Amino acid sequence: MTDMNETLIPILGVITDVRIDTPDIKTFRVVTPDGKKPFDHRPGQCAMLSVPGIGEAMFSITSSPTNTEYMEFSIKKCGCVTEWLHAAEEGQMITVRGPYGKPFPVDDVFAGHDMLFIAGGVGLAPLRSVINYCRHYRDRYGRIDIVYGSRSKDDLLDYREIIEEWQNDENVHVHLTIDREQEGWDGHVGFVPNYVKELGFDTNKMAVLCGPPIMIKFTLDGLSELGFDKTQVYTTLELRMKCGVGKCGRCNVGAKYVCKDGPVFRCDELDELPDEY
Amino acid sequence: MLKCTLSNIDKLFEIVSASMPLYLPTEDKNGAVFKKWQPGTVWSNASNTVKGPKDLFFPQSEDLMAFKTEGKKIEVIDTRTETEDFAVFGVRACDVKSLEILDRVFLTEPRDSYYASRREHGVIISLACNRPTENCFCGTFGIDAAEPMGDVSAWLTDDALYLHANTERGQAFTKLIADLTEACDDSAVSAQKEKNRKVMKRLPLADLEANAFGGSKTEQFFHSPQWEKLSESCLGCGTCTFVCPTCQCYDIRDFKTNNGVVRYRCWDSCMYSEFTKMAHGNNRNSQKERFRQRFMHKLVYFPENNDGIFSCVGCGRCLAKCPISMNIVKVMKALEVDTDD
Repeated sequence: MTDMNETLIPILGVITDVRIDTPDIKTFRVVTPDGKKPFDHRPGQCAMLSVPGIGEAMFSITSSPTNTEYMEFSIKKCGCVTEWLHAAEEGQMITVRGPYGKPFPVDDVFAGHDMLFIAGGVGLAPLRSVINYCRHYRDRYGRIDIVYGSRSKDDLLDYREIIEEWQNDENVHVHLTIDREQEGWDGHVGFVPNYVKELGFDTNKMAVLCGPPIMIKFTLDGLSELGFDKTQVYTTLELRMKCGVGKCGRCNVGAKYVCKDGPVFRCDELDELPDEY
Repeated sequence: MLKCTLSNIDKLFEIVSASMPLYLPTEDKNGAVFKKWQPGTVWSNASNTVKGPKDLFFPQSEDLMAFKTEGKKIEVIDTRTETEDFAVFGVRACDVKSLEILDRVFLTEPRDSYYASRREHGVIISLACNRPTENCFCGTFGIDAAEPMGDVSAWLTDDALYLHANTERGQAFTKLIADLTEACDDSAVSAQKEKNRKVMKRLPLADLEANAFGGSKTEQFFHSPQWEKLSESCLGCGTCTFVCPTCQCYDIRDFKTNNGVVRYRCWDSCMYSEFTKMAHGNNRNSQKERFRQRFMHKLVYFPENNDGIFSCVGCGRCLAKCPISMNIVKVMKALEVDTDD
């Protein structure tokens, strides 16, 4: 008799809350039909969400593992599945499977260090899980700096949580920026890579980076100008995925599968991969 | 060693078929294909089937599960059933090896239960190659076409089929046909093997070597100037992928039926432009990049993750079928130029 355990078969999830974050990003709260968190995960891991008849897609789990009640996904409207989800209401069932991928090394490599988080746009979604994990276990980490930028004030994800919670935490320093001047914004204006250089961090810390590819590239250059070594910088990749377990072949880059060997990579590991991500 | 005279071969198929479905190569309009034996089916000893036996374990299209939806509610329906025992006869050494390569993908944790169930229930009766084709180069990958593996190894001479069980499942199979076989020594098979190996030495691709390739060679081959020229005429038709016994990339899609949704998977190809296409972009935009991916995966990435084993068995199908006559042999020969310095 074959072992019938099958990762491709999902469990059910129910959307219990839909939060409008930005004009094109919504955050969905998901539990199982009996009201529990679908499964445990580590910061940086992903889950496959699907809408039967529409399709299945991989999303980073944006809520922290320390949240034991539900899971959250911040999703930008940009394709078939995401458009459908954006039209969904509370009470809508979806399917969930996971967790997939290698998480951020929060309990070993990051422990005891000052942390620098740098995100652009919806790139904050996968980092929110790590940031809130570090905030939960506050005494395990030193100073936390968060540099976050988006196109405009309205495009800043998790704005209320940032303003009402993160900024008020002791030894957590949030640095927000938007691309262009905007009425009602008296904060920093400019692109994230430049802002990181302007802020000029000391290098005695670990950095975590996520955003559009172009932002990652220039921010990495900026960090190395500041003296950071690539072994101190982690990022998370996004490629097309179907199975989530290294078999369907889509997210294969070099000898790695982003779904199972990533999505979290140390930046020097990326240098060993062909430039196809 | 067991011997079954050729005049009894249809009887053998009949006896096996009485206890489990038996698949074997039969001639179809475009060449030999694996088909279920029925009274009247004529077994083909063609050197190579159009496609390998991959479909029997990893079908070109298969249903994975179903859903019922009503309003905001969804029901997940596990449509899997335990596979019944089946036999595949006449699998060539290259194709037997290709299943071991697929095993490394599908049976690695987390195991693919669809594939695993078929592997556990399928008994493989291989068959040595007496007349390999001019496109064959299994020897390049250390495969001996005169000594095929599988649950039962078989050899064909002018008047008899010789069988040797390699596994418990294989023994159960030979037991099933005990009435048609008699024990014999190895002399006839040894003579046949020697004859076969002589033929193989004279094959046009007998000298092809893969030593230049393998894991940790990404740096060396990825930026080769050869890719541009090699991929220039590639149509991106994916034929190479579909006839390849080791290609395993797949797609998962949903199909709306009258009373719900069926989620199925089907073969896919890294040669297709949509393979890696995402809502916000594509990490392989040119055919050159997609072409390179397929061969780098077979010759470098797969061996890197699998103890040096290549994801090619030298079956020669892509050589026979590519509409622009491009193939892995040409790729290997062109890339080797890069290692000559």
